[in-house]
Amino acid sequence: MTLTLDHPQALQLRRLLEAGLPLVSRPYAWLAEQLGASEDAVLEQVRQWNEGGLFRRVGVVLKHRALGYRANAMLVLDVPDAAVDAIGRQLGAAPGVNLCYQRPRRLPQWRYNLFCMVHGREREQVERQIERLLAEQGLSELPHQLLFSTRAFKQCGGRFAPPAERAHG
Amino acid sequence: MDELDRQLINRLQHGLPLVRQPWEALAEELGSNSATLRARVQALLDDGTLTRFGPMFDIERLGGAFTLAALSVPEERFDEVAAVLEAMPEVAHNYRREHAWNMWFVLGCATPEGIAETIARIEAETGLAVLNLPKEETYHVGLHFAV
Repeated sequence: MTLTLDHPQALQLRRLLEAGLPLVSRPYAWLAEQLGASEDAVLEQVRQWNEGGLFRRVGVVLKHRALGYRANAMLVLDVPDAAVDAIGRQLGAAPGVNLCYQRPRRLPQWRYNLFCMVHGREREQVERQIERLLAEQGLSELPHQLLFSTRAFKQCGGRFAPPAERAHG
Repeated sequence: MDELDRQLINRLQHGLPLVRQPWEALAEELGSNSATLRARVQALLDDGTLTRFGPMFDIERLGGAFTLAALSVPEERFDEVAAVLEAMPEVAHNYRREHAWNMWFVLGCATPEGIAETIARIEAETGLAVLNLPKEETYHVGLHFAV
């Protein structure tokens, strides 16, 4: 056993982690046993991947509708191209905005280039929250729309098992 | 769901500590014990409150690609088209939204070419044009749900 994983071991570890982290007292020791490596080597590799951004954290994916978060709004705005970075950062930092991305316009079908997700329990509350947010940020005049979801057909979290993978957006 | 479940879910959304005995560390924080916490996570996975526990991979760092896409589906065809997407492993989630573009879904593929191929397949199978909106810039990702 060495203190670092060789390449095949690292690949095998990644594959094991794609299935999730085993729910045992010492998960990295359990994984190390599968690889024929040491617990410290596995933990060190996991830390490196975490720091390097291969994954964002070891955490959970929630079925947010089951937890009462039924009002899921996609706020889309038509922002002048020159201002989109500044306004994107501004809205992304605002409380209640869970995700904020720039996406392309597809004229004439689609004019909006900035997307924010806001989740709440009640639709009216989310509507008020977003109008207040835009007013506070001085953005109410920008053309925008709120697209509430009314049905979830498929929601599966963060699975990635190449080559036939599933992902979380 | 009781107070301990709520604390545990809120805490785990920020990530499990990367230490040898993460459950011991968490038990100390939450004033519980590690075996109880593991049993709670297992129960929450079993009843569907949690859909995954483990590292949240960044698919793009693995060479994969994501996109957000939409379809404008005639009302009478809605369930039929939803079923087409449901059957495709590349479709990560799919929501009906109140808009002329009424079906919004995320595609995740192992390669960027896979996205184009999947969109072409959806267009061929449904006869509908896909609005493809890949992200160009990320300003914020912080999907936390207080429970």
